[in-house]
Amino acid sequence: MKVVYEKSRGLTDTPMHYCPGCTHGIIHKLVAETLVELDVLGRAVLVCPVGCAVFAYEYFNCDAQEAAHGRAPAVATGIKRVLPDNVVFTYQGDGDLASIGTAEIVHAAMRGENITVVFVNNAIYGMTGGQMAPTTLLGQPTTTSPAGRARVGQGAPLRVCEMLATIDATAYIARTSVHTIPRLNGAKRAIKKAFQMQLDRKGFSLVEVLSTCPTNWGLSPVDALRWVEQNMIPVYPLGVFKDVDGGS
Amino acid sequence: MARKLMKGNEAIAAAAINAGCRHFFGYPITPQNEIPEYMSRELPKVGGAYVQAESEVAAINMIYGAAGAGARVLTSSSSPGISLMQEGISYIAGAELPCVLVNIMRGGPGLGGVQPSQADYFQATRGGGHGDYRVLVLAPANLQEAVDLTQLAFDLADRYRNPVMVLADGMIGQLMEPVEITPYRPAPDLPPKDWATSGTARSGGRQRVINSLYLDPNDLERHVRAIHAKYAEAERRETRFELIRCEDADVVLVAYGTTSRIARSALEKCRRLGLRVGLLRPITLYPFPAAAFEQVMARAKSFLVVEMSMGQMLDDVKIAVAGRRPVGFYGRTGGVVPTPDEVVRQVQTLPGGTAT
Repeated sequence: MKVVYEKSRGLTDTPMHYCPGCTHGIIHKLVAETLVELDVLGRAVLVCPVGCAVFAYEYFNCDAQEAAHGRAPAVATGIKRVLPDNVVFTYQGDGDLASIGTAEIVHAAMRGENITVVFVNNAIYGMTGGQMAPTTLLGQPTTTSPAGRARVGQGAPLRVCEMLATIDATAYIARTSVHTIPRLNGAKRAIKKAFQMQLDRKGFSLVEVLSTCPTNWGLSPVDALRWVEQNMIPVYPLGVFKDVDGGS
Repeated sequence: MARKLMKGNEAIAAAAINAGCRHFFGYPITPQNEIPEYMSRELPKVGGAYVQAESEVAAINMIYGAAGAGARVLTSSSSPGISLMQEGISYIAGAELPCVLVNIMRGGPGLGGVQPSQADYFQATRGGGHGDYRVLVLAPANLQEAVDLTQLAFDLADRYRNPVMVLADGMIGQLMEPVEITPYRPAPDLPPKDWATSGTARSGGRQRVINSLYLDPNDLERHVRAIHAKYAEAERRETRFELIRCEDADVVLVAYGTTSRIARSALEKCRRLGLRVGLLRPITLYPFPAAAFEQVMARAKSFLVVEMSMGQMLDDVKIAVAGRRPVGFYGRTGGVVPTPDEVVRQVQTLPGGTAT
C-alpha cells in the first residue's frame, strides 16, 4: 500500500482540544509541515500564547516556552538573542497579540527582531468564552458587546498587518486565510516564506491567518467558513503588506 | 585586578559580567541608569547582547525567554519599574527559571521620588507578584559586598532555579567606593541546565517545555510544594547575616543595606556615651536570618529596627523576637536618610539604652 498522506512529524500524537470546526488545527498543521520541509524542527523553539492555543506545546514536536498573556514576542526576543541560530516563533491569537500584547508585538517589529510570528485572528476571545476583541467586527455581537460592537465607545477593528507594515525594520508581513483549499495553500506558502526570512536573517516576519470560532460565533463549521469569506475578508483584506525581497 | 574606584551601579554591572552574564534586558529609570549604560557599552565587547526593552513588562519577559534558553541573565530597575516586572517574576518563579534582578530602590508609593529608600522590602521578600512563591533577596551594605553578592546571586539562581534579587537603594547605586573584582568561577556543583529550550536536536529528540501552567489542582499543589522545598533548603544553606559588637549589647540595632551603615555610626556614638549597643545586619532578607536573633537574645534588653521606610523589615524582626523583648522602630521615608544622631536618640528611649 502506498502512503499518499500522513500526519506531519512536526506534530505530536496528542489529540487536540480545539472545538469542531475551529481552524487552529489546520494552522498548526501548516506550521508543522513548514518546520519539517525547511528541516528546522530540531532547532525550533515555539513560544505559546495565552488563549485557545495555550497548549500548543502539546501539539508541536519541538521545544517550547509558555509566555504570559501578550508577552510572547518579548519571550521570543530573549530566546533568539541567546540562541541566534535557532528558529524562534510565536503562535498568538488576536486577544493576545492585538490587545494585551500590542506593545510587545510593535516593538519586536520595530527592533526588526529576527523571529517569526503566526497570528491567528478569529475576531473574538475564544478560550474565555466569546468576549469582544480589538479585532471584533463592527456590529458583531459578543458576550461583552451583546448589542454588537459599536464604533462609538468600542472603536473599530484593529488591522495588525497594515499597522506593522508601516514599521521600517519589518521584513515580511502577510494576511492569509484557511477557509478554502486555495487559500489554505496560500497560507502555507506565506508561512514558509516567513520562516525562510528568519533563516535568511532578514528580520521580523509575521503571517496573520484569519480563523474561525464556530462555538463563540454561534455558527456551524460550514457557516463559519462562509462568515470568514463574507464578513472578515472585507475588513481584513488578504495579501502581502511588506516583503523586503520585493513583490506584494 | 587591583582595587578600583567605581560607582555602585557600575560595580554591580561589572560583577554580573564577571559572573558570566552575557545578556541584559532593561528599561531606563533613575537611579539605576548606569547599569544598562554600562551593559550597553561592555556586553558587546564580550560577545553578549544588550537589549533595551520597550517597558519593564517586556524586559522581564525577555529575561524569561533568555533564562529558559539557558543563559545567565540580568535585569535592573528601580521601584516603580520592579512593580511592573512582578507579573514576569511570578512566571519565572513558577517556571523555575534562574535569573538575577537588581532593584536600586527609590521612594514611593506611586511615582514617588528618586532619592534612596527601602520601602520595597515587603514587595521583595513576600514574592511580589501573584501566587505562592518567594524571591531570594540579597542586601549589600557596601560596594565590595554588592560585587560579591551579585556574583553569588547568579550561582544561587542556578542552584535553586529561582529569581534572585540584589536589593539596594539609590545610595548604594550612586556612591563611589574602591572595589576589587577578581576572576570568578561559578560553584562547581551547580546542576546542569538540562531543561533549557535549545532545540530537540541538542537533547536527543526529547522535547523540553518551559511552563507554569498546571490546570489540575493536585498537580499545581505538588508543583508549589516542590518549589517550597527549595526555599526550605535555601533557608538552611543560604541565610547570611553579620553581628557587630553584639556579645555585650543591651540594645541590638537591626538594619540592612544603607541604614546598617548609619546604624553602625550610631553604634560607635552610643559606645562613646557608654551605651552597650550592637548591630544585627541581615545580608539575606529572604531567607530572613531569624536564627541570628537567638544568638543575641539572652543578653539583649531591647531591639531597635532602623529602616528607610515606615517599618517593613520590622515585621520579620517581630516574628523572630516573638514578643520576648521590646522591639522599637525608627524610620525615615520618601527619600529622607536618617542620621546617626537620630538613631542614638531612639536608642536612649529603649530598655538598656541608658548608661549605668
